[in-house]
Amino acid sequence: MKQFLYFIRKEFYHLLRDRRTLFILFGMPMAQILIFGFALTNEVKNSRIAILDNSKDEVTLSIIHRLEASRYFTIAENLNSYAELEPVFQEGKIRLAVVFPEQFQNSLLHTNEAPIQLIADATDPNVANTLINYASAIIMDYQNSMKETKEFPYVIKTELRMLYNPQLKGSYNFVPGVMAMILMLVGAMMTSISIVRETELGTMEVILVSPIIPIRIILAKMIPYLLLSMVNIASILIISVYILEVPINGSLSLLLFECFLFTLTALALGLLISSISSSQQVAMLISLMGLFLPTVMFSGFMFPIENMPMPLQLLSNLIPAKWFYYIVKDVMIKGTGLETVWKETLILIGMLVVLLTISIKKFKVRLE
Amino acid sequence: MSMEAAISVSDLTKRFGDFTAVDGITFDVKKGEIFGFLGANGAGKTTAMRMLCGLSLPTSGQANVAGFDLYKEPEKIKKNIGYMSQKFSLYGDLTIRENNRFYGGIYGLTDQQIKEKTQFMLEHLHLEDQADTLVRALPLGWKQKLSFSVSMIHDPKIVFLDEPTGGVDPITRREFWSMIYEAAHSGTTVFVTTHYMDEAEYCDRVSIMVDGKIEAMDSPSALSKQYNAKGMEEVFVQLARKAIRSDN
Amino acid sequence: MRTLRILLEKEFRQIFRDPAILRLIFIMPIIQLLVLPLAADYEVKDINIAIVDQDHSSYSRQLTDKISASTYFNLVIYTHSYNEAIRGVEKDMADVVLQIPPSFEKKLIKENEAKLFMALNAINGVKANLGGVYLRSIINDFNGEVRLDWLQFPRFNPQPLIRISSINWFNPLLNYQFFMVPGILVILVTLVGSFLAALNIVKEKEIGTIEQINVTPIRKHQFILGKLIPFWILGLLVLSIGLLLARIFYGIIPAGSLLTVYLFAAVYLLAVLGLGLLISTYTETQQQAMLISFFLMMVFILLGGLYTSIDSMPKWAQIFTMFNPVTYFIEVMRMVVLKGSNLYDIRYHLLIVSGFGVFLNSWAIINYKKRS
Repeated sequence: MKQFLYFIRKEFYHLLRDRRTLFILFGMPMAQILIFGFALTNEVKNSRIAILDNSKDEVTLSIIHRLEASRYFTIAENLNSYAELEPVFQEGKIRLAVVFPEQFQNSLLHTNEAPIQLIADATDPNVANTLINYASAIIMDYQNSMKETKEFPYVIKTELRMLYNPQLKGSYNFVPGVMAMILMLVGAMMTSISIVRETELGTMEVILVSPIIPIRIILAKMIPYLLLSMVNIASILIISVYILEVPINGSLSLLLFECFLFTLTALALGLLISSISSSQQVAMLISLMGLFLPTVMFSGFMFPIENMPMPLQLLSNLIPAKWFYYIVKDVMIKGTGLETVWKETLILIGMLVVLLTISIKKFKVRLE
Repeated sequence: MSMEAAISVSDLTKRFGDFTAVDGITFDVKKGEIFGFLGANGAGKTTAMRMLCGLSLPTSGQANVAGFDLYKEPEKIKKNIGYMSQKFSLYGDLTIRENNRFYGGIYGLTDQQIKEKTQFMLEHLHLEDQADTLVRALPLGWKQKLSFSVSMIHDPKIVFLDEPTGGVDPITRREFWSMIYEAAHSGTTVFVTTHYMDEAEYCDRVSIMVDGKIEAMDSPSALSKQYNAKGMEEVFVQLARKAIRSDN
Repeated sequence: MRTLRILLEKEFRQIFRDPAILRLIFIMPIIQLLVLPLAADYEVKDINIAIVDQDHSSYSRQLTDKISASTYFNLVIYTHSYNEAIRGVEKDMADVVLQIPPSFEKKLIKENEAKLFMALNAINGVKANLGGVYLRSIINDFNGEVRLDWLQFPRFNPQPLIRISSINWFNPLLNYQFFMVPGILVILVTLVGSFLAALNIVKEKEIGTIEQINVTPIRKHQFILGKLIPFWILGLLVLSIGLLLARIFYGIIPAGSLLTVYLFAAVYLLAVLGLGLLISTYTETQQQAMLISFFLMMVFILLGGLYTSIDSMPKWAQIFTMFNPVTYFIEVMRMVVLKGSNLYDIRYHLLIVSGFGVFLNSWAIINYKKRS
C-alpha cells in the first residue's frame, strides 16, 4: 500500500511540474464555459438589415420603425434602388433586405392589399429562415394592430410556459455539453499521453521490473487525472451556478456520482488509446480525432442528433458523452432523479466495464 | 594572436543569473591539435563549447575561433567549424545520402562536391549498401561515426565534438578515434570533450575544468608527471575531488 | 537561394515520409468534409409533441389532427393526463406539451373565448422558441377555421392585408451544407498552417537537430522560410483538395473567382503560419505545442462564426472576433464561394489579414533566438 502511495505521489509530481500543461488543463474549462455560456448562442439578434423603401409613406415608416425597435434587427443601410442590393449583400454588410414597392400605403388603403418583399442572405440558411420568420411576425403584428379596434368573436388564447429554462438561456444547453467535453479531454487525452510518454522515455520498463502489480500502475496513473477532473467539475459547476446562473435542480450527489462514472469511462478510454499508440503524437491524434471531435459532434449539445443521417445516429449511441449529456441535462436542469436516468447510467457502467476489461487485458499483453 | 592558434580564448565567462557556469577561462588551441576538454558533469565544459560554437553568447571575455572574432564575425566562424552534439543530430527520417545532401548543401558545397564526399564517406565507413536506408534504422555506433563524418563534410578548420563516444562499444570507440586522428592529420583542429580517461590519453593536450575554471592544462604525460599519477584517471580524480559543485 | 532550396528539399522529404502527416493532410479533409456537414445541421424539424386532451370534443380532435398532419410536429403522446405528458418531456420523448383543458369547445362557443396551455422544453431555447411559433400559427389557422364555421363571411369588412413574399438569395434551396462546407475548408487550412507548422519546428527542438542547424551558417530568415514555405504550399494543397471534394460531393462550385479564393488563402496562410511559428518559439515539447495550438484553435474556431452568427454574440466577443484571423477567412470563403464577391468586396478583409501576417511573423522572428 505504501508503495502504491509513492507511485501516486510521483504521478502528481509529473502533473504539477509541467506548469504550461497544467495551466491549459485548468484554463481550458474556464475558457470553454465562458465562451459557450456567454458568446455562443444559436439565437439570432441585432442582425444588420437594409431597407429599400420606394414608397416612403406613413405605413412604411411605421413598419420600419417597428423593425428598428425590435432586438432582432439593426438597420444598417438605407438603399435607394434595387441595383444597390446585390453589392451590399456581396460585401457582407447585411443579412436581410426589406423592400417596399411604390404606393404602398395607397394600395393598402384602396385595394386592401400591398406586397412586401423580404430578401435574405441564405448563405446561412438557418439565420435566413429565422430572420424571415421574425420580420414576418413583426409585419403581421403591425397589420393586426391596424384592425385592432374591431372586436373578434371566438378567440382561442394560448398560454405559454417555458419549462426548465424560462429565460431561454443558451447556457442551459451548453453547460452539460462542456462538462462532457472537458472530462473527456482531461480524462482520455491526458492519461493516454502520460502512459505513452513513460513508454517513450523508457521509464515504464523500470517501473515494470519493480515489484508493484501492473493493475496498481494503471490505478496510480489514473488517480491524479481523476482528481484533476473532479476539480474541473467543481469549477465548472461553480461557474455555472454563480456566473451563468444555471441551477442544479436535481440531487448534487447523484450529479457528482454520474460525473465520477463518466470520468472513469474517459480514463478507461485513455488507457485503451495508450495501449494502441506508439508515440505521444499518435496518442494525441487518436484522442483528438477519435474522441474529442465525436464528443463535440455526437453528444447532441451542439448539433441535434435527430437531424443526422441514420448511420450517424446509430454511431452516436457508441459515444459515452451522448449518454452523459442526457444524464446531466436531466439531473442538473430538469431536476429528475435516478428513476429517469437509470438506463443511461447502466449504459455508461456497461461501457466502463467493457473498456476497462479490454484495456487491462491489452496492457498485460504488452508487459509480457 | 599567433598564426598557430586555431582557438584563442581569454577570460571567457558565462553567467546564468547568480550562477557562474564558466568562470574566466583562458587557453589557446593550436592548429591541427587534438585538444581534450575534460571535467566532471556540471563543470562547465558544454557551456564553454557552446559559446565557442556560437550557440550561446558569452557574458564577458574574448575569444577568437578559426581566425574570427566571436562577437563580430559569428557567421564566418560557423562556416569554418563542424559540431557534433551529445544528442544525435542527424535526421532519422532521412537516408544517409539525404542527410549528406542537406548538410553539405547548407554549407554551400556544390552538387558535385556533395556527391564525391558522400561516395568517399560511404566507402570509408563501409556503408555503401546502406546509402538509402533511413538513418534511424542504423545501429548507434554507425550513427555516431556518421554524425562525425557529416560534421566534417565541409572540411572545417576546427571540429567540436561533445562527448562523441557516449554509449558506444570499445571497438567502435577505437574506430572513432582513428577517424579523429585522420582528421587531425589532414590539418583539422579537434576540440573534444569526453568522460573516458583512456580517450584523454589519446589527446595532444588536455585541460581539466573544475567548477567553471581550468585547473590544469598540458599534455597527458606532463600532467601525469606533475600530479605524480599513473595516468589521466588519477589526475582527474585528484582534481575533480576539489569540486564544490555537485553533479547536476 | 541554394541554401533555401536545400532546406525545402529536406522539409518536403520529411513531410512526405511521415505517415501521420500524410494521413492528416489527405484523410482529415475527406472525413471532416464528409461527416461534419452531414452532422452539423441546426435546422429545427421534427418537433415531438405531447397533446393532453381533457376535452375530448370534436374541436379538440380537429386540432389534434391538424397538428399531427403538419410537417413540423410528430405526435408522440396523446393522453388525458398532464403528468404523463410532462413525464414524456422529462424522458426527452416530447419537446412540446399542448394541453386542451376540459370544456374547451363549450367555452369557445358559449363564452366566445377559450384557453389552451402550451409548455415547452426550453433547455434548447431555439427549438423551444420555434416550436412555440409553429404551434401558435397552427392554432391561429384553426381559430380562423372555427370562425368561418360560425360566421357568415360577408358580415365582415375586408381587412387590409400585407402580402409578404420572401426570397432566399445565394442559396435558394436553403442547403445547409453550402453554408458549412466553405467554413470547414477554412478550419482545415488553419490546422495545417498553425498546428502542423508549430509541431514541426518544436520537434526539431525536442530531438535536438535544431542545435546542429544553429551551428551551421544558415541564416535565421532562411531557416524560417524553409519551414514556412512547405506548410504554405501544403495549406494551399489542402484547400485545393477540399474545393475539389466540395465540388464532387456537394456540387459546390464557387460563384466568385477561384483566383480570389487562392489569393486570400495565400495571404491568410502567411498569418496563421506566423501564429504557428510563434507557438513554436514559446514551447519546448511537442505535447505543449499540441495543447496550446489545440486550445487556441478551439477558441478561434468557436469564436470565428463557423457555427453561430457573430452578430448575436455579446460585445466583448464581437471585439475578440475582430482580432481573430479565422473570422475573416470564414467570411471571405462564404462571400466568394456562395455570393460571388470579388476582390474589391473583400478588400478590407485582405488588408486586415495582411496586417495580422506582418504582426505575427515579426513577433515570432523577434522571439526566435538562434543564440541564447
